[in-house]
Amino acid sequence: MTAATTPQPPPSTKEQAPRTPLAVFTTKWAGQMGITFAFILLWVAFLVLAPDTFGGDRIYKSFGQTMPQFGIIAMMLTMVIVAGDIDLSFPSVMGLGMVGFVWVWDATDIVLLGILAAIGVGAAAGLFNGLVITVVGLPSLVVTIGTQFLFRGLTLVLVGGSSFALATTRGDPAREVLVGKPFDIPMEFVWFLGITILAWVLLNRHRLGGNTYVIGDNAQTARLMGVPIRRTRIMLFVLTGMAAALAGMMLSLQVVNFYPNVGSGLLLPALAAVFVGGTSVFGGRGSVYGTFLGALMIGAIPAGIVASGLTDFWTQAIYGAIILIAISIHAVLQRRFQH
Amino acid sequence: MTEQRAAIGDAPAGEGSGPRQSETRQLEMKGVYKSFGGVRVLQDVDFHLGAGEVVGLLGDNGAGKSTLIKIITGYHQPDEGQLLFNGVEVNDLTVPRARELGVETVYQERALAEQQPLWRNIFVGRYISNRLGIMDVGEMRRITEQLMTEEMGFTSAVLTPDTTVTGLSGGERQGLAIVRALHFEAEMIILDEPTMGLSLKETEKLLKFVDGIRAKGKSAIFIDHNFFHVYSVADRIVVLDRGKVAADFPKSRYSLNELMDIMREIASTGLFEADRSLATPGEVDANVMHGVQS
Repeated sequence: MTAATTPQPPPSTKEQAPRTPLAVFTTKWAGQMGITFAFILLWVAFLVLAPDTFGGDRIYKSFGQTMPQFGIIAMMLTMVIVAGDIDLSFPSVMGLGMVGFVWVWDATDIVLLGILAAIGVGAAAGLFNGLVITVVGLPSLVVTIGTQFLFRGLTLVLVGGSSFALATTRGDPAREVLVGKPFDIPMEFVWFLGITILAWVLLNRHRLGGNTYVIGDNAQTARLMGVPIRRTRIMLFVLTGMAAALAGMMLSLQVVNFYPNVGSGLLLPALAAVFVGGTSVFGGRGSVYGTFLGALMIGAIPAGIVASGLTDFWTQAIYGAIILIAISIHAVLQRRFQH
Repeated sequence: MTEQRAAIGDAPAGEGSGPRQSETRQLEMKGVYKSFGGVRVLQDVDFHLGAGEVVGLLGDNGAGKSTLIKIITGYHQPDEGQLLFNGVEVNDLTVPRARELGVETVYQERALAEQQPLWRNIFVGRYISNRLGIMDVGEMRRITEQLMTEEMGFTSAVLTPDTTVTGLSGGERQGLAIVRALHFEAEMIILDEPTMGLSLKETEKLLKFVDGIRAKGKSAIFIDHNFFHVYSVADRIVVLDRGKVAADFPKSRYSLNELMDIMREIASTGLFEADRSLATPGEVDANVMHGVQS
């Protein structure tokens, strides 16, 4: 069809406009500029308000341990949301995955096997979500509200509601790989960076991501164009389940104790990171870069508020304000530069 | 209904190229039925398409045109009946399978993902990727850029392969959908209401473009509400009415005026009786009582 003889379909009616490098740049990165701007604004504000805390490196090491707990999940959750779905069950998958860890580790005394078991349980939980959503054909919002209770309930029943000491995992190389501190750098953060890169490649350079964008943008188009919708959506829930299991292990191994309610406070921070990062709640649009900066912001806010001299009571109100401001900056820039 | 195709000896020939009775049938449908939730949309439909043939598919809203083409594209599966590609029966046709068989479609609803860049829209569902699924984005951008300048006639400098569809006019969107259908070596192109929303000049270009499909030895099914458009490009005309094939004849058999009478007759009676003289509006009214009840 590339033959030059092909008659041309209707021509463009667009007026000529100069294609300056700046115009191309702003058009292409309009989505990214908002979150970058908001991130810098917040960071500078904390630097000015709490120079002692945010000028030193201790706070960043602390962030490096706490922020991946929800940041890792937020990466995979970004893709689920770009596909037009949502997953609210991941906090419970963090607990259920740990049941798999505890059982296998307890039986074999091998930490690595426990880790693999937890990841497997996370994948199975995600598969369950994906199958119920796509095969039964229910909205993911409703299904994952249900499985959030189901998975947490299972966790509590399976361990009898009691916590489980993990002290003897200390010193195990597999544990060090997850939550160790080589050269004083928290491994959690290294994993977070790695999973961020993985998510970026999956969403932007892999067929899976290509299909994800189209499904979230226009499901009818995806069907007409033969996109494997069911398989893609299930895969995204499986990835989110695995990420949740990984995050659940990190949290538990950090404190060397498994509490069956592990992760129960992380639902909103993870969702906030995704939405602050500019991912559209309607699907079809979103970026891993945005979620990355969103996670850094959400992770820094509680400590930043206290370090700035406000009481902890302010945290939630300022949380809300910052989320609204960040999303607004993003929306305005997007409208201004993207046509 | 096929018996009603009985030839009329000396019907006036239309302008343009005559019908090509091609020996190879690229596509054949036999006795196809399709219902949605108890509503029968297609009923015992026979349809065929020869190589290098442009068939105009006419019919009122709800006649079953869209359902018919969505069966050919693998989007819907028929409840009953056979589907043959080049004489070989194909069961459980899916969209990817139909594409492998060379069926490309420009859908009425355009089937574009509006918030996505042009290159993703061109390659949706068949990204250029390696065995691990990693896409060659640079190559897809390059091909898109080439298609934009050489095929779509996008000369505007603000349009790049990374522009989203939201920035395109109706004509540009249609151009995108057509170029996408053509890029992948289609053997058979289905155009569902392609002139919808196009300006006069854009429509003219589009019709010329359909002529180009035939010139290349590929076949097309052209669906349009406007039978002036259909008449000007089709070799053969098939009329659907309430899920049945009401008429199937070479275009050259009737003049445009006669075609209008035929359409009027079918619209009111559901039948086209080729063996009697063409109805005048007055006669049509008298025939209403014989109409097929749906």
